[in-house]
Amino acid sequence: MRRQTSLDTSRKDRDYYQERHEDLEKGHDYLIALTGNPNTGKSTVFNALTGLHQHVGNWPGKTVARAEGSFRYMEKRYKLIDLPGTYSLLATATDEEIARNFLLFSRPEVVVVVVNSTALERNLNLVLQVLEISNNVVVCLNLIDQAARKGLKVNAKQLSQDLGVPVIPTVANVGKGLNNLVEAIAGVASGKIITNPHHFVLRTEIRKVLDVVVPQVEKVAGDLTNIRWVAMRLLEGDIKIRQALENGDLASLAGTNEGASVTKKPIKAELKEFSDRIKAAASPIRESLHDYVVSSIYADAETIASKAVTKVEASKNDLDAKIDRIVTSRLVGFPIMIALLMLVFWVTIEGANVPSQLLAEGLFWLEDQFSSVFRWFGAPQWLEGLLVHGTYRGLAWVVSVMLPPMAIFFPLFTVLEDLGYLPRIAFNLDRFFKWAGAHGKQTITMCMGFGCNAAGVISCRSINSPRERLIAILTNNFVPCNGRWPTLILMATVFIATAFPPAVSSLAASFILVAVTLIGIAMTFAVSALLSRTLLKGESSFFVLEMPSYRRPQFSRILYTSLIDRTIKVLYRAVVWAAPAGALIWVLGNIHVGGETLMTHAAGILSPFGLLIGLDGIILVAYIIAIPANEIIIPTIIMGYMGTSMMTELESTAELHALFAAQGFTVVTALCLILFSVLHYPCATTTHTIWKETRSAKWTILSNLIPLVIAFIVCFGVAQSLRAFGFG
Amino acid sequence: MKLRSNKKPEYKTLAEIKIGQKAKVVKLLVEGLTRRRLLDLGLLPGTEVKAVMKSPTGDPTAYDIRGSVLALRFEDASKIVVKNLSSRHNEETN
Repeated sequence: MRRQTSLDTSRKDRDYYQERHEDLEKGHDYLIALTGNPNTGKSTVFNALTGLHQHVGNWPGKTVARAEGSFRYMEKRYKLIDLPGTYSLLATATDEEIARNFLLFSRPEVVVVVVNSTALERNLNLVLQVLEISNNVVVCLNLIDQAARKGLKVNAKQLSQDLGVPVIPTVANVGKGLNNLVEAIAGVASGKIITNPHHFVLRTEIRKVLDVVVPQVEKVAGDLTNIRWVAMRLLEGDIKIRQALENGDLASLAGTNEGASVTKKPIKAELKEFSDRIKAAASPIRESLHDYVVSSIYADAETIASKAVTKVEASKNDLDAKIDRIVTSRLVGFPIMIALLMLVFWVTIEGANVPSQLLAEGLFWLEDQFSSVFRWFGAPQWLEGLLVHGTYRGLAWVVSVMLPPMAIFFPLFTVLEDLGYLPRIAFNLDRFFKWAGAHGKQTITMCMGFGCNAAGVISCRSINSPRERLIAILTNNFVPCNGRWPTLILMATVFIATAFPPAVSSLAASFILVAVTLIGIAMTFAVSALLSRTLLKGESSFFVLEMPSYRRPQFSRILYTSLIDRTIKVLYRAVVWAAPAGALIWVLGNIHVGGETLMTHAAGILSPFGLLIGLDGIILVAYIIAIPANEIIIPTIIMGYMGTSMMTELESTAELHALFAAQGFTVVTALCLILFSVLHYPCATTTHTIWKETRSAKWTILSNLIPLVIAFIVCFGVAQSLRAFGFG
Repeated sequence: MKLRSNKKPEYKTLAEIKIGQKAKVVKLLVEGLTRRRLLDLGLLPGTEVKAVMKSPTGDPTAYDIRGSVLALRFEDASKIVVKNLSSRHNEETN
């Protein structure tokens, strides 16, 4: 499989390797494709069917993510591939091509189309197109609960009759109807259920042309079961189909796997005559061909939908419109948004306090136990130091600091997502992102970044255009993640607030935190704007944002999946990145060269540079070592200042203040530390994630370099100007 | 955004439709990929749409199109010529 090299920022068609049916199906009995419009609950269906038996990779040669999974049913193993969500298969953009070519060339045994019952007409656009390519289709009529709330009754039986394929009503997010769905899939795959797919009625103009063209295609390619589709694609100038025709591969496109007709490779003369004939036939409608095809499909969709959908009562759901009017209003829209985000932050910070403390106590108690064990065995001091006080401590620190806030933030965020509120945020802020040359959905990825930047980077997959996705990825780190909040809060309360009279000190601390958040967001816009005018120049992609109906979040499911998911991720990160960092820190603090520790040496070297940007040598050393995990920065700094041999925590803020002040730490230093913390390079996990998502060394390096340079410039500016005014 | 073409007074672009008003698509003034995308969403001549909500920043605006609420930016909505279906009495001005 050819590996793609970098995020394709142009819309050029990349030549990619089409996987063969046999390779995809290896280890399984049947290959199943999952398609559907965006926002139909397709991923919910995918997750429900595959559970843990799934992984996410890439479409070969493209930077579009692909989820693959499997499930068992009645002793048969099914391989399920999630195709990109698309509104149609006609347009010449990456997602449509991937879906279309997969259906045509990889020939899954069954194609499941997930449909949003509340918008049947538009969803039928895709269904009718899929029915042209494949005979073995199952329609999953999802979100019927929402349809009911809108007062709509969808007659699945009627639909099934009209479409000629099984239609299964489901409410995927509570698991309703999924058994029937799997049964239907199995039935179609095994041949027990025979489908008789409906082919959409063509407009006269096209029918006339096809009457001439189809026999021509037959002559050149043999008898194909989806010949009407192939003919239409050829008329529209589809390159891939054209190539298949010329290579004699078209016969392999026969709708069924058995009994494919003889592979016919047309000779040059035949091809020339063929090209001429279809060009001549098509010329009267050349300009409007695409329009005619789409209008035929929609006319058919309207007919079918009107028969299947009845409005039984007035919509119970005017609540949607009422809420939206408030939430997007000129007056209260923004305040509500900001208030909600502040609420999420506040609950996260407050709620995480006690659990963090408890976890810390527990894990550090364990550390002491480990220490005793080592001593009991008479292990050398350095071994105990390295493994227990370095490695384990690093791990323990990260877990106790990171786990509680993440375990609160992410479920809260998922609640907002389940609720349907997130697109409203994107809707409110899109204008700013448009100005910055970016995509409205970057709002959501940015908000994710407040929880964890690695998660934010992954969520950028929701942005289709490679250019805009890259901008979102590169700027995600400017919003401080859960791991950086403790540092920010500590600095704000211990150093900034104390510089103000006690009456206003806590207000000052809060103000700093809000200001810092706003700086992060402002920097996101600024750098996005910069990138889209320099390194990532290009046009804005076509923007459409679907605003789903509000629905009740599935609290228990969210709590369960979010909690487990986040816990695993934090533990993984702690073990893989933080533990080694802990070991390294211990080494730096305990290896003596020429009477001083390595840490002191390093700090000495970096000191002049550090002072320039308002920090100092120890802080810079801490930041370099703590690349893996922002949480251990403060403990490392304390270790450096105290000259202790391990990362330390101090109990009282007064002690902390005294220690730092003794080292020359001033309000200016605190301020620069805060700014540096917000603006600097991503942590190791995030960088690693960026690498996996972009597969590009260039962009991964830039994702670190750009924030670093900005952090330096800003800190330098702030430090020098404040000093010029006589502060610290 | 006023069009300089020969359109009658009751024809405007989707971008000019006020919140709460209904309109019927007449034609699309754009070609290429954008046209295809708009057609894919079901914005064909004859389709009825309704303006549902507008961002507090003024852009984008969300429209009810064949059962879904979809937000479109001004530059795209202004390429869709529509016929205003709402009577003066039913209008809800934004």
